[in-house]
Amino acid sequence: MAEPARRVTVTHPRTRAARPGRPNAAVRDVHEQTPLGEVYVEALMRTQLRLALLVCGAVCLPLACLPLLLLGHLGAPPGIRLWGVGLPWLVLGLPVYVLLVTAGLCYLRRAERHERDFVEHVHRS
Amino acid sequence: MSTAENLTAVLLVVVLTVAVGGYGLRSRSTPDFYVASRTVSPLRNAAAVSGEYLSAASYLGIAGLLVAYGSTMLWYGIGYTAGYLVLLVLVAAPLRRSGAYTVSDFAEARLGSQAVRRTATAFVVLIGWLYQVPQLQAAGLALHAALGAPAWSGAVLVTAVVLVSVIAGGMRSVTLVQAVQFWLKLAALAVPAIVLLLVWHGAWHPSGSPPAAPAPAARTTADQGGGQALYGVYSLMVATFLGAMGLPHVIARFYTNPDGRAARRTTVGVLGLLGVFYLLPEIYGGLGRLYTPGLAAADRADAVVLLLPGRLVPGPTGQLLTALVVAGAFAAFLSTCSGLALSVAAVLSQDLLGGDVRGFRRASALAVLAPCAIALLLSESGVSVAHEVGLIFSVAASTFCPLLVLGIWWRRLTPSGAVAGMLVGGGLSVSALMLTLLGAGGPGWAGILLAEPAAWSVPAAFLTMVGVSLATPGTVPAGTSRMLARLHMPESLDAGTAGRSAVADDRSSRTPVRPSRDGRH
Repeated sequence: MAEPARRVTVTHPRTRAARPGRPNAAVRDVHEQTPLGEVYVEALMRTQLRLALLVCGAVCLPLACLPLLLLGHLGAPPGIRLWGVGLPWLVLGLPVYVLLVTAGLCYLRRAERHERDFVEHVHRS
Repeated sequence: MSTAENLTAVLLVVVLTVAVGGYGLRSRSTPDFYVASRTVSPLRNAAAVSGEYLSAASYLGIAGLLVAYGSTMLWYGIGYTAGYLVLLVLVAAPLRRSGAYTVSDFAEARLGSQAVRRTATAFVVLIGWLYQVPQLQAAGLALHAALGAPAWSGAVLVTAVVLVSVIAGGMRSVTLVQAVQFWLKLAALAVPAIVLLLVWHGAWHPSGSPPAAPAPAARTTADQGGGQALYGVYSLMVATFLGAMGLPHVIARFYTNPDGRAARRTTVGVLGLLGVFYLLPEIYGGLGRLYTPGLAAADRADAVVLLLPGRLVPGPTGQLLTALVVAGAFAAFLSTCSGLALSVAAVLSQDLLGGDVRGFRRASALAVLAPCAIALLLSESGVSVAHEVGLIFSVAASTFCPLLVLGIWWRRLTPSGAVAGMLVGGGLSVSALMLTLLGAGGPGWAGILLAEPAAWSVPAAFLTMVGVSLATPGTVPAGTSRMLARLHMPESLDAGTAGRSAVADDRSSRTPVRPSRDGRH
């Protein structure tokens, strides 16, 4: 009777019991806000904030230059026409929306990768 | 213009809204009422967010402004879309992870203070009411243009339908209604737009001879001097880029995502859907400048979307297209108003009427009837629909944007800082809005500063919030670190407690967010 019971404990549950709680120690650190956990969260926040500001800058700077250009403040005459349509109507249409959606997709990929890296990092340490 | 087709179109949209809303009658529990129990998939949620967001200002207003003021007004559409990019990168996922129902819940959870909560609630109600007013006015305009009905009938009709659909089904039914109405609005604007483009290009002549295209109208605004026009565009960019995240109905919609990751994906979906939609007002505005320049002079530019198909395509085809556009316009009024009514009702019932289902129903009556009364009183303000909505974006950008951005990313925010910042930003922008609606200002710099207040009211709000917080360092809430960790940590980290955020937080109580309680230990 005792022999099969011992066999059962030798398999998977035993291997986990050999390191009690270790894979989750860092996770607990993060959840319970020990000083170490706070360092983890702080690092994640800084990475995500840097990414957010980068995306905002990359989109807002070109957009902020457009009114200057299109209202003729930088020398370009406002009367240019292409295919019978004024230049502002072309520039402020499809190209701007493509820029916005592309920026959103790039941000999504990077932000999710940061979070995956964070989870892996916490589980590994 | 044929009244019968247009009337049928309006009635069809109303019946569709009520019927799809009735489908949601199965939602019974309180969490169902508020956030559809967070079971909405990213794609449907993206369509619902867009459906709710595309209001009368987007559907009718932008094209009207384009006819009246020219290509500078294209920034409205860009700003309304770019607001979602800023929302995506700065607040989307943390906002969802905060696990609160409304921005008031977020404020209380993050700062653990009833004063912040009450201030936020006051602005949610104010923005929600003010935002419904232009929708109801536009409904009156549309009914007048399409059916010749008196202007008050539009406001009354929209109010009645919204009241029924929100009281009956809450958020679940509204989510479905919104998603359906997004596609309705897109189709209703896209199909006539394609026909109009064909006519313009000369590829198709509906009645043998195309209407002669007059030369482009001269700019109707002589006073748009270089510096003022530039300031107007930049201020509009500030308002719309930062204002979208502060709209109560948009924020409420984020709580229906299952987790932070889904919230991000929803937002990217919204960006795509809005990007497609906002190309359409440009077509109507451009063609409106060519074919109906008289509208701007007659102060009826907001009706260009409704009138253009009938002008360019005579005969039954034109009547059919007009009916389609009218139907889409009503979808726009109904969806935005019901979303706003829902979020206003959510904060009112939680803060004043006890957050159960009956309190919610009484609150929604209050949330819908008050703006209807304002709209009927203010029936002719003379301010264009899109501009009025732009002003409300300024209020949102000056109150909730600093609260959300600093609350999510800055450890040292204090309750007194948050209250002071919201009061300063909100006070400045609301006074500017009121003065503009009352016709103060005039053509000079004073007028443009009042008409586009965001460029000065938003920095004032941020500076006050930061300054007062730095001056009161002792009152940083105790649970700040724990709350920030909760906002920023991916849900996949707590594998053992998976589903915790989706299930355990859906309690409806006056303080539905646990960390706020933890923070006060």
